[in-house]
Amino acid sequence: MAAISADNHGLRLAVRYAVLILIAIIFVFPLVFMLMSSLKPDQQLLQDTASLRAFLPVGDISLANYSAAFDRAPVTLFIFNSVVVTGITVVLSLLVCSMAAFAFVFIGWRGREFLLTVILATLIVPFETIAIPLLLIASKLPSIGLDGLSTGWLNSYHVQIVPFIADGLTVFLFVQYFKDLPSELIEAARVEGASWPQIYRRIVMPLAGPVLATAAILKFLAMYNQYLWPLMVVQEEGYRPVMVGLQYFFQQNVAWGEVMAYLSMITVPVLAFYLYLQRAFIASIASTGVKG
Amino acid sequence: MTQMKWLAGAALAAAAWSGAAQAQTTLTMWYHGAGNEVEAKIVDQIIADFNASQTDWKVEMQSFPQAAYNDSVVAGALAGNLPDILDVDGPVMPNWAWSGYMQPLQIDEAAIANFLPGPKGYWNGQLYSIGLWDAAVALVTRQSYLDELGLRTPTLDQPWTKDEFMAALEAAKASGKFEYAFDPGMAWTGEWYPYAFSPFLQSFGGDIVDRTTYKTAEGVLNGDAAIAFGEWWQGLFANGYAQAAQDPADRDSGFAAGKYAFSWNGNWAAMNTLSQFPDTVFLPAPDFGNGPKIGAASWQFGVSASSQHPEGASAFIQFALQDKYLAAFSNGIGLIPPTATAAAMTDNYKEGGPMAVFYDLTKAQALVRPVTPGYVVQAKVFEKALADIANGADVAATLDAAVDEINADIEKNGGYGH
Repeated sequence: MAAISADNHGLRLAVRYAVLILIAIIFVFPLVFMLMSSLKPDQQLLQDTASLRAFLPVGDISLANYSAAFDRAPVTLFIFNSVVVTGITVVLSLLVCSMAAFAFVFIGWRGREFLLTVILATLIVPFETIAIPLLLIASKLPSIGLDGLSTGWLNSYHVQIVPFIADGLTVFLFVQYFKDLPSELIEAARVEGASWPQIYRRIVMPLAGPVLATAAILKFLAMYNQYLWPLMVVQEEGYRPVMVGLQYFFQQNVAWGEVMAYLSMITVPVLAFYLYLQRAFIASIASTGVKG
Repeated sequence: MTQMKWLAGAALAAAAWSGAAQAQTTLTMWYHGAGNEVEAKIVDQIIADFNASQTDWKVEMQSFPQAAYNDSVVAGALAGNLPDILDVDGPVMPNWAWSGYMQPLQIDEAAIANFLPGPKGYWNGQLYSIGLWDAAVALVTRQSYLDELGLRTPTLDQPWTKDEFMAALEAAKASGKFEYAFDPGMAWTGEWYPYAFSPFLQSFGGDIVDRTTYKTAEGVLNGDAAIAFGEWWQGLFANGYAQAAQDPADRDSGFAAGKYAFSWNGNWAAMNTLSQFPDTVFLPAPDFGNGPKIGAASWQFGVSASSQHPEGASAFIQFALQDKYLAAFSNGIGLIPPTATAAAMTDNYKEGGPMAVFYDLTKAQALVRPVTPGYVVQAKVFEKALADIANGADVAATLDAAVDEINADIEKNGGYGH
């Protein structure tokens, strides 16, 4: 009887792993396809798409597409720009949105429910609907640079950062997480004479690791994939991010191998960032049910 | 005293240098060719030559990827941030002129008297843009295919009639040698549809919009000729001569792989095809009853309405119209030079050159797309209608719906200034 039970357990385990491996393969296949295609000349790449060879490093393999991608576009510059814009936005967004959420959850003040509702309502407003008014505002804002005071934020890093520091989704994530923290902790700190900034810095934020990771990853992806806004506000190549840079490869005859090489290179920062925060991200999803 | 003279000399030299530097006013320029190394090199050369040729103006260029260019210009116009010089796709120019993004060119029109008609961008009787090249489409096949199928080789003077063209497709299909007899290029969406396919409609006797008034599409996009065109178009796919849904890979390499007997393709792809098959021939468009037609007009240069230095911007554009630059573009990327003298300087378009036929085709058959600000909307409506018909939609109902949509847009925009 025990042997049958052990056999069943082993079978169930085998089936479970088989299903998991299958799902993993489905998710990994596009990445493998991208990487393998980036190593093949265009003609072979197009021929291989109809067979399993598309996922294998076979045929005429080389790094020629990577070299050609660097010749066609300033790839390093685009990646640098995206990492700068994304990195600064993520850090500032976590700071500002967590402070806002802290004030909404822990500090009693008149109108906070209403204001929170308004902020959450912005979640249903697509960016495209506010893009043009935002462009008009950005083009008229004063700016101080090496040349002194000028008008307009266009062609800069800050025009790609500032509009995205505060957003409803990140505030919402922090509010939901903070609400689940034991209120006794905050009350005890207040009784001990801790100020609100001290509570924020010493008690709440050290406990907010999972939500910080979740918010950071979601913000990172949204910022790294920015296309419409930089297209509208950046005309100088020196400030262009990776997604606008992708269009350099779509000429009349698309160089698919170079496209795959470029995509492989710009995917590296995303994967590195996700892997770095993966554990906390999964913990956050498991504890809050929030999905990315 | 010697020291004083030295100092005075240095001061004079500094003043002269600073004066010369200040004398050159900067002109900004936007160009759609980012990512195209050969094209960028030629444009950079023109700019360098122009900047060195005079002391009044200095052009500085920002390149944009083509797919993002039009949106960037519209955003730049909204933000009041347009450059002095911009380039514009020929059929889009009337829209940008009407929208107040561009101003008429201040160039001597005698300098473009010998240009092909396609690269000249006229709107409301004024020249707004001028192209350094043109593009043309031809029916691409191999002489060996024509011989095997027993087909007459059509010429500019005697293009195939509709019946001859359909007989050629039937012969190719019946041979069993090809997956499809004809590759119209269904994988290329967007501007390809009106550029490549509206000439078929025009050859049938219809059009996208009534060019006598530009205020309606009624009767031209849904009249008898247009319905005959729509039924013919649908028949290409229903009868198995062409595929309505095409893999982009097949569009790129299908003809070379022998999947298609005939391919409707542009001169930009011709060099590659010729290198694969030396017996490639570029045939004129068939005559469907109203004369053979192909599209015309490619990217052109113009001056933005907000430019404070239109005379400088125009001076640069006029400088770029020299035959040596027109020939350089043609040699570099296979485009059609807009003048016969420039064509004679090229490898491919000189008399007897392997692609000279495209120059003749453009001269004989080219018809610009409707010259109206509403074209940008009409092109999208036309594209959707043709895709729907190719996929089996009712021809008359689809064209009627397209006419309604185009007319509603014209009305909404107050007739677009016509």
